Amino acid sequence: MSEQPIDRYRRRLLGGAVAAGTLTLAPGVFLHRIAEAKTDAEPVTSIVRWGLLVDTGKCSDCTACVDACREEHGWHGHDRPRSDAQWIRKVELRDRSTGRRVSLPMMCQHCAEPPCVDVCPTGASFKRADGIVLVDKHICIGCRYCMMACPYKARSFVHEDLTDQKPHSPRGKGTVESCTLCVHRVDAGQQPACVEACAQDGGGALLFGDLNDPRSAIHQALATFPSTQVRADLGLDLGVRYRGL
Amino acid sequence: MRTRFLEVDTSKGYLLLLGLLGALLAAGLGAAWIMEHHGHHVTGMDNQIVWGLPHVFAVFLIVAASGALNVASIGSVFGKMPYKPLARLSGLLAIALLAGGLMILVLDLGRPDRLIVAMTTYNFKSIFAWNIFLYNGFFLIVAAYLWTLMDRTVSEHAGRVGLFAFVWRLILTTGTGSIFGFLIAREAYDAAIMAPLFIALSLVYGKAIFILVATGLFRGTGRELDTSLLSRLRVLLGTFIAAALLLTAAQHLTNLYAAEHLAAEMLILRDGGSITQAFWIGQILLGSLLPMWLLLNPAFRGNCGALLAACVLVILGGLATMYVTIIGGQSVPLELFPGMEISSSFFDGEVIHYAPSLPELGLGLGGGALALLVVLVGVRVLPFLPDALPSSAAADD
Amino acid sequence: MLRLLSTLLLLLATLPATAAEEGGRVPLPVIDSGTAEQCVEPVEFMRRNHMELILHQRDETVYRGIRTKQQSLRNCINCHAVDAAGQPVSLDDPQHFCVSCHRYAAVKIDCFQCHSGTPEEGVPGVVGARAWSRGLAMESAR
Repeated sequence: MSEQPIDRYRRRLLGGAVAAGTLTLAPGVFLHRIAEAKTDAEPVTSIVRWGLLVDTGKCSDCTACVDACREEHGWHGHDRPRSDAQWIRKVELRDRSTGRRVSLPMMCQHCAEPPCVDVCPTGASFKRADGIVLVDKHICIGCRYCMMACPYKARSFVHEDLTDQKPHSPRGKGTVESCTLCVHRVDAGQQPACVEACAQDGGGALLFGDLNDPRSAIHQALATFPSTQVRADLGLDLGVRYRGL
Repeated sequence: MRTRFLEVDTSKGYLLLLGLLGALLAAGLGAAWIMEHHGHHVTGMDNQIVWGLPHVFAVFLIVAASGALNVASIGSVFGKMPYKPLARLSGLLAIALLAGGLMILVLDLGRPDRLIVAMTTYNFKSIFAWNIFLYNGFFLIVAAYLWTLMDRTVSEHAGRVGLFAFVWRLILTTGTGSIFGFLIAREAYDAAIMAPLFIALSLVYGKAIFILVATGLFRGTGRELDTSLLSRLRVLLGTFIAAALLLTAAQHLTNLYAAEHLAAEMLILRDGGSITQAFWIGQILLGSLLPMWLLLNPAFRGNCGALLAACVLVILGGLATMYVTIIGGQSVPLELFPGMEISSSFFDGEVIHYAPSLPELGLGLGGGALALLVVLVGVRVLPFLPDALPSSAAADD
Repeated sequence: MLRLLSTLLLLLATLPATAAEEGGRVPLPVIDSGTAEQCVEPVEFMRRNHMELILHQRDETVYRGIRTKQQSLRNCINCHAVDAAGQPVSLDDPQHFCVSCHRYAAVKIDCFQCHSGTPEEGVPGVVGARAWSRGLAMESAR
């Protein structure tokens, strides 16, 4: 992670102050900064489009990304596999003809044309200007039409009362939720929890950054190597890309 | 002879039925309370089958609602005089069925307390939002239509309002069908044929329920009912079943032809266990072929029992159809990586088996009870029913 | 609509308030906001309008990613959901700042079905939290 992409915000906001406290989470845990954050008062813009590149060649059987996400957002579950939330999951693939095996994380693909946003009756499913697809749980009525519409099974419905939610990740009974691309961290200039965990405890298979910025590592990687969008035939223009499928 | 309309009397049977349906409705509301209090984990629904038995009942009732209005439309839009005395009941039944269906739908929401949000915040790209709009409009338009039918001072508008209601109901069912037709990723849906199929189904269900309710009300209140009028409906009903069957065949044959949909089709037609049984036995045999035989076979002409039996079968078959459509469609695994075997802790690649729970069944039946309650109360407080429908009234077309 | 409703409820709430003052039947809410120091707006304004501010900030944060701290629910909780000694107070405690008043006024809110109602870890009590949030406010103003 030496070649950190320089965020456009940084260029626009030289000297933009960020609390020094966000640099260290706990003693010894260093947060890889991908960028100086936008200031808190600044709205997100469509100049940026956040994306994620998964290099399946570096992805092994580990579940560091899943564990980190669960910890970050507190979706610990109730030992009911069918109804417990899964914001991110490890998927094992086997080629029917050749037997080649691939392991990869699957989560909200942050489509540019998200079907969940199209079908949501109240507009609770929405896409932020910077491409992150979210649920506004304040106006989600829990109809679950987005779950019917999502091609990736990325969304979960909260089936029971919750307590002790993480302050930065509100979740509640009767609403639908999914990967937020760790929007609270991204807004603070950090990387999503899964990316950080994969770099630290996994194979370093996840690369996060601004798809729009030609100088970003993710942009350059996508420009150099072939990559795939899952169910590209649907034409949804995904924010999450896979390499080595 | 002019038809006289009269409220029904509060007989013992009436009160008994009222109490029975009230208890059923209370059970349904109780079931909804349990679901809301504990959360949806007490139901058979989960993150794999997100719409369950409540939606089977709700969509059935909503589809039937628009079809129930058809008897009124035949009278005022297509000018068939003999049906006119039944137009009021037709409109009432349409409103009642829609109310029942919507009750289920709303109470099954994760946040039913936010109904006001659903009613005030619209995303107009969502067919679901359009449906909310269409349902509310349907209530208003059918209410206005009933007004023109029941108030002589505004009766000259009945034709126009009736036509408007007819067009609205076609759009409404198109919208309901499109809820499934617009799901790009689900192989069992994602087809434009869902809209016309739902229109055909609505004509079938609505008519069957109407015949049963009308017969029940006339007989139960000692009103004379010329069976020849209902017999006219028998051919119509049989034809609609045939049309729905044709569209169903087209739907499945098209999917069978496309290699990408083959696995999904095989699941429903051959390997799906309860889904497959619901399709062949419920939807096709009991819900379509048997009623068609009962309705169209000349041997049963004038046989009221055969007609009513056909209607009951149609309703059961309709519920089976919705089960196959809603549950079956969701149990088909999503094809994320074509050509690859897929597995995960989130049931990727697995056929999902759904087991409905008691609260879900209770809520579904509660919605049906509400629909019938609305009809029962309606015919008691307002003159929806002709005091008699003798053959002379039927003869003047 | 919401404003009308809340005004109405506030009006209703004043009725038992007088009763409580006279007879003491209904316990008054615990509105101990610590020192008289003003964080956002004057107390009178906050009592009537805090929900407007929170609602506004909610949409700004959710849709536009604006995360200024001063009017955020998290920041309210960090400072207010503590007792006189600066220790965190949970939602189950009738002394909880939001809970006690909302119970008294009989206004049901669903904020805490999803949001945490206790101060964040590492925010050291009311005095520390004040200083902490002031620092953040100054920082975001820069």
